[in-house]
Amino acid sequence: MIQLNSFLIISAIVFSLGLFTVIYKKNAVGILMGVELILNSVNLNFVAFSKYVDAHINGQLVAIFIIVLAASEAAIALAIILNIYRDRETIDVTQLDEMKH
Amino acid sequence: MEANQILFIAIALLTILSAAVVAFSNKIIHSAFALLATFTGFAMLYIYLSADFLAVTQIIVYVGGILILIIFGVLMTHRIYSTAKKTAHNSILISLLGGLLALGLFLFIISMYPWAPTVVKDFSPTTAVIGTEILSGYLLPFEIISVLLLGALIGAIYIARQEDKEK
Repeated sequence: MIQLNSFLIISAIVFSLGLFTVIYKKNAVGILMGVELILNSVNLNFVAFSKYVDAHINGQLVAIFIIVLAASEAAIALAIILNIYRDRETIDVTQLDEMKH
Repeated sequence: MEANQILFIAIALLTILSAAVVAFSNKIIHSAFALLATFTGFAMLYIYLSADFLAVTQIIVYVGGILILIIFGVLMTHRIYSTAKKTAHNSILISLLGGLLALGLFLFIISMYPWAPTVVKDFSPTTAVIGTEILSGYLLPFEIISVLLLGALIGAIYIARQEDKEK
């Protein structure tokens, strides 16, 4: 019963929840959490394919690189968010539109 | 049903439900703590996929690193006494539309193909294989990502530090 399909479905649900989070939240840290959910679900897909389809462990190696990228992305994003908060007293992303015009 | 399968369903439910709490929770700090359960659930799913090294890495990097960073970010940017602004969200209809559209697309693609496993792998420790592979076949990405990590570290410190001359 535990097969490739079950992991793909779990991953699809978590990816959709992450996408929902990114659209739904106005708080910049909340959006960052959504991005982390998306990256995690992609990782799960890579590892599942690495077990069931690939004879080697290439999927796990790609997943490790994705984890490193996610870590550096979180550090940079939080640094930017802290800077914005210091500057503007808010991290509501709908308020930060002066670069749009 | 075997105990194995019951445990798998429990882990899958833990992961999905805590991810739903992250998505739907009104308070950002609740989302942060629900993210702890999601990351741990993913680590347990990696164990089911016989990726032992990756499961431990997931716990160390995500739970021990990224989650702590996120909680710090929440606490440093959180105005405890003005919660009215923090609970404001974008339109739930548009967000749900986006999420459900993506979910429907994924489930349609998953259901189109049988996804039969092509190899049968028993559990074997992966740490030594990953170490050998990183220093042979994946040497170039490894070096590139080391430089990227160094750049991200320095950049994060540079962006986040206080400017002395302004304050």
